[in-house]
Amino acid sequence: MADIFKGIEPMVYKSRISVPYHWWAGETASRFLVALRDEQKILGTRCAACNKTYLPPRKNCPLCFSASMEWMEVSNEGTVVTFTVARRQLASLPRKAPVIFAMIKLDGADTAILHYLDGVDPGRVKIGMRVKAKFSKDRGARMQDIECFVPKGE
Amino acid sequence: MDRAAIIGIGMTKVESRKLDKTFADMAFEAVRKALDDAGMTIADIDNVITTSNDFWDGRTISCMAVGDASGASDKNISCVEGDGTFGAFYGLARTLSGSYGTTLVTGHSKGSQSVSSLITNAAFDPIYNRTLGADMITACAMQSNAYMARTGTTPEQLARVSVKNHGNAMMNENAHLGMKLTVKDVLGSEMIADPLHRLDCSPVSDGCCAIIIADEKRAKKSKKKPVWIKGVGMCADAYFLGDRDLSRSESLVKAARTAYKMAGISDPGKEIDLAEVYDAFSYQELMWLEGLGICADADAGKQLEKGSFDIPGRLPVNASGGLMGGHAVIAAGLYRIAEVVRQIRGEAGAYQAKKADTGLAHGVNGLAGQSHCVWILGKDR
Repeated sequence: MADIFKGIEPMVYKSRISVPYHWWAGETASRFLVALRDEQKILGTRCAACNKTYLPPRKNCPLCFSASMEWMEVSNEGTVVTFTVARRQLASLPRKAPVIFAMIKLDGADTAILHYLDGVDPGRVKIGMRVKAKFSKDRGARMQDIECFVPKGE
Repeated sequence: MDRAAIIGIGMTKVESRKLDKTFADMAFEAVRKALDDAGMTIADIDNVITTSNDFWDGRTISCMAVGDASGASDKNISCVEGDGTFGAFYGLARTLSGSYGTTLVTGHSKGSQSVSSLITNAAFDPIYNRTLGADMITACAMQSNAYMARTGTTPEQLARVSVKNHGNAMMNENAHLGMKLTVKDVLGSEMIADPLHRLDCSPVSDGCCAIIIADEKRAKKSKKKPVWIKGVGMCADAYFLGDRDLSRSESLVKAARTAYKMAGISDPGKEIDLAEVYDAFSYQELMWLEGLGICADADAGKQLEKGSFDIPGRLPVNASGGLMGGHAVIAAGLYRIAEVVRQIRGEAGAYQAKKADTGLAHGVNGLAGQSHCVWILGKDR
């Protein structure tokens, strides 16, 4: 390394990009999060023209661009569309590896949501597996009000 | 469409950690090389497009910090956030507008200076997804599982992509991760996120690439024979991963279709001689080849096993080593364009394809290949 600098001491400036930020959740996400916190209900929005129910809920239909969406409660049970098991302790993981991430299509929804899958051996997770939401006891109107999904029947 | 061509390319060596060069140093080196390649001076450049990402750069309005080093003083300079191919798309549009005879396009990043897992986690929606802690690797691992389940593509076939591209990279002086590997090496490497092993993942590297795009009039004055832009296409999929069928890439299909139509290509598998595609992860090379229509759906793994995509094969893919050989995020797609230019000019040395009249370059941005940009380049006007 020394040769590339021809005798100059290499300097490194350590810093971080750290800026406080508040995301106003907006009307649609607020309603979804409050229902999760207060009623343990999972709400999507449905576009009548496309006959499609979106989860997370959308204010406007991304397909036909319509603003006419209606609220729908979807089931807290669904199917694993795909998954991964994070084995390495990646910097983004807020919990100890292994962490199972899954895309879950809840019954009544046409799109899948991202969440954790727990209560199953990482080696036994399968696409098509039936799972059920486990709600958190400590709810704060956030996605973690669903603590995780677990195999149905457990 | 009016004609435009690529008349100059400049690449820094892609390295795991460029301790001796700042962003501006890299930009200067790449631009200097591109100008020399085109036989031009900075005075011949009419406008500049830089491509960068503020998180990867560690500063806001990151593009402006490399303007001086890109020779943009007193010139119209603009920036694209995304892959280098997207910056080049804008550069091409500016050239074709008739306002600029030449456009310099750069793309740079230094993955070594930050933490890619945290940066790519921040690409997720902050309300619904981000705090769960997924990142690019975990998103792509889910896509890989979906793709493999639907198509029957095997872990061994994925590993062969890694073996091929790391092997090719040994012949490319600009790559930093050339390695002679076996399928067993790949499958035996650390499992980061099922089904992706460490050697299924490209590295996160440092580098800068520059290209010069010219209209027909200016292209005729270039030092070397121009490489003509025959077609381009760009398309994006839904932002939320769960809105998409992750096992397919609808946006790539559409981007490719647009580019082929412009280039007059009806059978891409036969009419394209070589391709440089965005192999950030091993499965992506196969999935993108299918999306590009270079081979049939669910057939890329089998074609790969037959050697179709090797340098002596029917259609060499990532002869340069691709991203597996070195992945400077943001710049990576621009490197793909520059590598196809090299091939068409016959300048690729040890990894030269035997036939290189028409080449395809491909760039990606967003989680699990959300958006794609496809370039068809050709020897003849």
